Amino acid sequence: MSEPLVQARGLTKKFGDFLAVDAVDFDIAKGEAFGFLGPNGAGKTSTMKMITTVSPITEGKLTVFGLDPTVEGRQIRQRLGVVPQEDNLDMELTVAENLYIYGRYHDMPRADIRRRITELLEFAQLSDRSESPVEPLSGGMKRRLTIARALISDPDLVILDEPTTGLDPQARHLLWDRLYRLKREGATLIITTHYMDEAEQLCDRLVVMDKGKIVAEGSPRQLIAQYAPREVVELRYPEEQMEGIGERLGWLEGGIEVLADRVIVYTDDAEATQHELTIRDIQPEQVLVRRSSLEDVFLKLTGRSLVD
Amino acid sequence: MSVSLPTRLTPPGRMTPFRAHRIWERNYLVYRRVWKVILTGFFEPVFYLFSIGIGIGELVPEVPGPGGVPIDYTAFVAPALMAASAMNGTVLETTFNIFFRLKFEKTYDGILTTPMSSRDIAIGEIGWALVRGALYSTAFFVVMVAMGLTVSWWSVLTIPGAVLIGFAFGSVGLAATTFMRSWQDFDLVSLVTMPLFLFSTTFYPLDVYPPAIQPLIRLSPLYHGNEMLRAFSLGIFDWTLAGHIAFLLVMGLIGAFVASRRLDGLLRK
Ligand SMILES: Nc1ncnc2c1ncn2[C@@H]1O[C@H](COP(=O)(O)OP(=O)(O)OP(=O)(O)O)[C@@H](O)[C@H]1O
Ligand SMILES: [Mg+2]
Repeated sequence: MSEPLVQARGLTKKFGDFLAVDAVDFDIAKGEAFGFLGPNGAGKTSTMKMITTVSPITEGKLTVFGLDPTVEGRQIRQRLGVVPQEDNLDMELTVAENLYIYGRYHDMPRADIRRRITELLEFAQLSDRSESPVEPLSGGMKRRLTIARALISDPDLVILDEPTTGLDPQARHLLWDRLYRLKREGATLIITTHYMDEAEQLCDRLVVMDKGKIVAEGSPRQLIAQYAPREVVELRYPEEQMEGIGERLGWLEGGIEVLADRVIVYTDDAEATQHELTIRDIQPEQVLVRRSSLEDVFLKLTGRSLVD
Repeated sequence: MSVSLPTRLTPPGRMTPFRAHRIWERNYLVYRRVWKVILTGFFEPVFYLFSIGIGIGELVPEVPGPGGVPIDYTAFVAPALMAASAMNGTVLETTFNIFFRLKFEKTYDGILTTPMSSRDIAIGEIGWALVRGALYSTAFFVVMVAMGLTVSWWSVLTIPGAVLIGFAFGSVGLAATTFMRSWQDFDLVSLVTMPLFLFSTTFYPLDVYPPAIQPLIRLSPLYHGNEMLRAFSLGIFDWTLAGHIAFLLVMGLIGAFVASRRLDGLLRK
């Protein structure tokens, strides 16, 4: 493997005494789509901000394009496209001007920018709003504009912090298509997300973060194979039976996860499990059997549901 | 596989080290839509000049100017009004407008993910305020010429002089903005600029003050601005002029340095 595009060793971020990112290691290869998964407060955004060089590193080592963010931030940022978690569009400018000025910040010639604006507005489905101020756009439109803005300079590395939050399904799929295309053209993607389907669809490899640490790493398939048994049985009980349900189901071998509204049972044989439940007379109101997913990996590793 | 690689639009070699002018490009896009607002910045000092110069100038025909030479009151007050407008214009720009972008719209957070740096932002915003200030000053100067208030060719120097005043106040204004936490803190801005305007030899010369108070007045940056523009406007130079220029220059440089450092700390956490 050639030298990684992004490499972190013992990368640490502290806010005062608080450890937001706790000595993480990762390598992101050129041309790869790399995911960061984790519950709220895991340290994903803090990690992204160190990679984009806007947040100083507290400890450890980080290189981006083989460059040191502390001294060569400008050179790194020249080749980045950044979609921050919170939209920070320029509210004093119009839709098209937002794209235009970001091209200028990247020293692009005006004619090149104009050509790209037309194309990116189409992608963001904002062609008819190009002269509009940003303020009256809907949340999803603002998000799409932020994504288009990140692509104006044709970046080598695109960093997307929860890019599809607030997008409707159609816009999400459009973005996925676009990201595939970017990847095919040789760009590297770093994505944080709460959506499992997004991670499964887009990411070649991903890490799961929790409380500032990386708790697992691999391709979506590997992670599912390693951390979750083959099948998942979701049991729903009437509310009055939910109390103490954990103990009553304690004998189940694959492990269970008690959520607010349901119990998740991991097993290699769903049918056998259901049979056992019948014998012991703790039949649920509703049963759902499905193949295990990244969501379950997540639940097992962090003890938390991703969808909040 | 024959995938056509995208053409790099910006080869790394094209990176310019100076980027502050990108902020001017941005602000130009913003202000070309609100040019009417900009016009008000021109009319304010002109109205002052008409009102005070014509009105009070009738009652007070002559005052001692730089070097004790008696001059027409309107000609005495005009450069000071120019100085005050340079102060007010840049302070307004680097406090209210910047605070809005910094704390509410998070404009700069986005800009910092591009090759721009916080120093580019600081220099760019101060510079923009100066460009705006230079336009006002030029317009005001034209009015002064039309009213026959300029006796010497040296008076053209009032324009760069006003820009220097703008630099001093704009830099310190931006530095102050980085310490502000809420809009309430901005009451302090006029609490500072208002007395400066009233007590910095804007309307009468320094020796009107009791000798005990005079050193205090000399601490006012606007006093140095007023005296500098007066000297330019009347073409009367002596060694004190160098002191005025140095005072404003040092003030501006310190302000710009603090502003740039503080901005960086605020934006890059
Ligand atoms: N500027 C800051 N000052 C102090 N603490 C911070 C700051 N930024 C983040 N933190 C803390 O660091 C931790 C990690 O935050 P971060 O934003 O990286 O999480 P995240 O994984 O992106 O979460 P989410 O999924 O909610 O976006 C949190 O506990 C947060 O409160
Ligand atoms: Mg986050």
